[in-house]
Amino acid sequence: MTTVYETSAADQARVDRFLAEATMFLGPDPEIMRDHKSAPRTPAEEELMAREWDANELDRVRKRIVSGLDEAYEMMAQTGAAPGAKWGDLTSAVYSAGGDLVHISTGGVLAFASVLHYPVRFINKYWIGDPSVGVHDGDAFIHNDARYGNIHNTDQSIILPVFYEDELIAWVATVVHEGENGAKEPGGMPSSSESAFDDGLRMSPFKIIEKGELRRDLLTFLQNSVREPALQYQDLKVKYYAAQRIKERVVGLIDEVGRDAFLVSLRRSLEDVEAEARRRISAIPDGTYRVNYFGDGTLRENVMLKYPCAITIRGDDMTIDWRGSAPQFLNRAFNANLGSAKCGMNQGILGFLWPDLPRGISIMNSIEVLTHPGSCVDPSDEAPVGQSLQSIFKTFGIVQALFPKMTFSCPEKFGSIIAPWFNQINTFLFGGVNQHGQFLGNVCADLNGMGGGARAYRDGEPAMAPFFAAMADLGEQEIIEEDVPFLQLISKRIKRDNQAFGKYRGGMGYEIAVAAKGTPMWGFATVSSGSKFPAVPGLFGGYGCPTIPLAKIKGTNVFETLRERPELFEFDYERLMNERPFPDAHYSTHHLGMGFELAAEGEMYMICQGSGGGYGDVLERDPAAVVADVEAGYLSVGQAENVYRVVFDSETLAVDEEATAAARADEREARRRRSRPYAEFVADWVTDEPPANVPYYGSWGPDNERIWATVWGAKGPVRLAAPMAELPPLLLPDPREIEVLTLRAELEAARAQLQGGGE
Amino acid sequence: MRIPMTEYLDIDLDTEMWRCRRCDADIAPARDDYKTGTLVYDRDPTEIHRPLIDADRYEFTFAPDPSWCRILEFSCPGCGTMLETEYLPPGHPPTHDLEIDVDALRAQWSGWQGPVPLTLGRDVQVTDHLHTH
Repeated sequence: MTTVYETSAADQARVDRFLAEATMFLGPDPEIMRDHKSAPRTPAEEELMAREWDANELDRVRKRIVSGLDEAYEMMAQTGAAPGAKWGDLTSAVYSAGGDLVHISTGGVLAFASVLHYPVRFINKYWIGDPSVGVHDGDAFIHNDARYGNIHNTDQSIILPVFYEDELIAWVATVVHEGENGAKEPGGMPSSSESAFDDGLRMSPFKIIEKGELRRDLLTFLQNSVREPALQYQDLKVKYYAAQRIKERVVGLIDEVGRDAFLVSLRRSLEDVEAEARRRISAIPDGTYRVNYFGDGTLRENVMLKYPCAITIRGDDMTIDWRGSAPQFLNRAFNANLGSAKCGMNQGILGFLWPDLPRGISIMNSIEVLTHPGSCVDPSDEAPVGQSLQSIFKTFGIVQALFPKMTFSCPEKFGSIIAPWFNQINTFLFGGVNQHGQFLGNVCADLNGMGGGARAYRDGEPAMAPFFAAMADLGEQEIIEEDVPFLQLISKRIKRDNQAFGKYRGGMGYEIAVAAKGTPMWGFATVSSGSKFPAVPGLFGGYGCPTIPLAKIKGTNVFETLRERPELFEFDYERLMNERPFPDAHYSTHHLGMGFELAAEGEMYMICQGSGGGYGDVLERDPAAVVADVEAGYLSVGQAENVYRVVFDSETLAVDEEATAAARADEREARRRRSRPYAEFVADWVTDEPPANVPYYGSWGPDNERIWATVWGAKGPVRLAAPMAELPPLLLPDPREIEVLTLRAELEAARAQLQGGGE
Repeated sequence: MRIPMTEYLDIDLDTEMWRCRRCDADIAPARDDYKTGTLVYDRDPTEIHRPLIDADRYEFTFAPDPSWCRILEFSCPGCGTMLETEYLPPGHPPTHDLEIDVDALRAQWSGWQGPVPLTLGRDVQVTDHLHTH
């Protein structure tokens, strides 16, 4: 017979308290980390909201808050030491006391709006009542670990509680992409990270300033943990004083409008944004919209990673389904925590679908996100995430690609019908000793030169802006070179034919060549993919961007060549690689995931920014626009003829309209001749599994419950397909080991052949 | 009533068909995947994104690897207009990208008076976007 004991409330509270105090490790809390929505009204908010309020007055309060955030944004952009601060890779935020993010600054990185609430909720849940920590007026918390809520670990935040007459009434925060964070490689985004411990500093939210006093003991520990101790302190002060300014503005505003109006304004902002988001979703035709993106590498090696997305609209609900994505790798850096992956999605919403809405977390209240735990967009806490941007940029890309398909028929638009924006990290990370003897590690602002997607009514803008921050800057190269010991020998030159073709072409990317000079030790890294499989597709018949390689010219000093035989140098990536003007140099191309590599003086590394996707049928492009691109050096004569079928005089650039019309009519007819009816085509085309030569990860076709993976074991690689939860842990071998094994096999074969020949 | 769903396709609510906005050809039933009514070509991506650096010397050349990537070109059987492209690994099934609830679409437009507008962006509306060649 079973005896049932009743537990009293007091007993239960005692047990709960015991368990809370005895918890060995306060890791990332799934209850916090899987909840991207704002909380329901508190009883106090219910009571306040029931009163009569002047909507105009509340809007004025909202604008005052945002202007305070914009002021803090400007302070950080003007005084921040990190390159990221100078280009605007930052934000400032105001939250409710419960930790719902309500507003961020107008400029900066919009994706922060969907991810900064997690650490505040953690502080509220775990530290506020902990006698060893507590939350008091004058305190400031620091944080960077994406597992507790962040875009990625190179962003550091300062979080302040705001007290008004002893009541915790709000939180404010400032965040800057600091770059250096003590990771395995300089610059904070280590592509060679093989465990979470290679990712560098992982600061769960902790108190760095206590009642107005900086904890120098903790600061010293942080400074010892990164390559740029001065930067760590300087930007901590920058973020703190900017957050202090927001706090002063908030307190001043409450003095003026009253506590209740302030609180109601925050709540109304959250609820109004949700209501408007739901109204807009209702206008989208019900249905399911799908796209499949494919990444081509882990940053260490080329493998194919699938990122599927299905967005289902039913009334005013939106479900975003990423099931079928590639599995997590436990020794590769491209995994993105679920919260980070969602911020890629939200960047698409805030930047492209509804760019006019206030930026707070309630914009996501109407959205459900489905994933497979254990996938690269919902990995375990043990997975490295140092280069999580790889997956975050894909979760942006897959939703942005679908928005124009979802909204084409909607009479009311808030953004444009636009092809995919370029969304890879084509830039150089760098590290070493600069010309002033300081150790540096950071990233070039060329990350921000992404090509814009073509719109339904005009070409995309070349080198426009990163998709995540419309107001970010590329920086002034001459000013940058005052701090770093390398030159951009080819700087921001639009790369001819690096174009996503279409009726309207994508915004083009530029080429960059760098070489170190006047430094005892310097190196570069690249952290991008898209060298075998294009990073972005086109839209409605337009083509995607080309693939982009990394090129190296090593074993030579280009500065000596420039001094002694300047006529050999060409300011042209393509000609340098094809004509090989430096006789003793070694020329090579690679995928864009180059781990940190030391560079001798004058050795050249070259990459290109990518192009945004093209829009519409190439045969509908205005011939005059085609030859204008030829004239500008954006397009070769060969591709103008091959792709756009424009007939023109390559000397005078005069278009033969009649011949062009005939050539295009011929091409339309040729399409019909060479193509096959769909059913007949897919009968031959579709295979049961991925190509044998491609190390493939993710679902194959529409069955998103069966995940394909190549697993490396004692007997080498084995391909299998299983539900995500049944896949074994995935660890890839070091590419250099593979290369050694390959070379050893070749050597043994050659020896055997030699011995055989001698017999 | 014809509802523009993409640059080149609309749904005719009267016939419940996907139709080409360039030549009026019926493509496929609106409740099905429009791609089932298209012509498809398996394009070697290096024909579009040509190598810009010497493919005999270098592994990576600005051209996609055709053993990893193909471009499926979906065109209108009536006029040859390129309705959509899709970049896929060889053998991957084409994606059913637009699965529209036709009944809900009909309900959405049931009270609409006047011509169906075509809005391409905020404050960007065109009146006659059809039949340009």
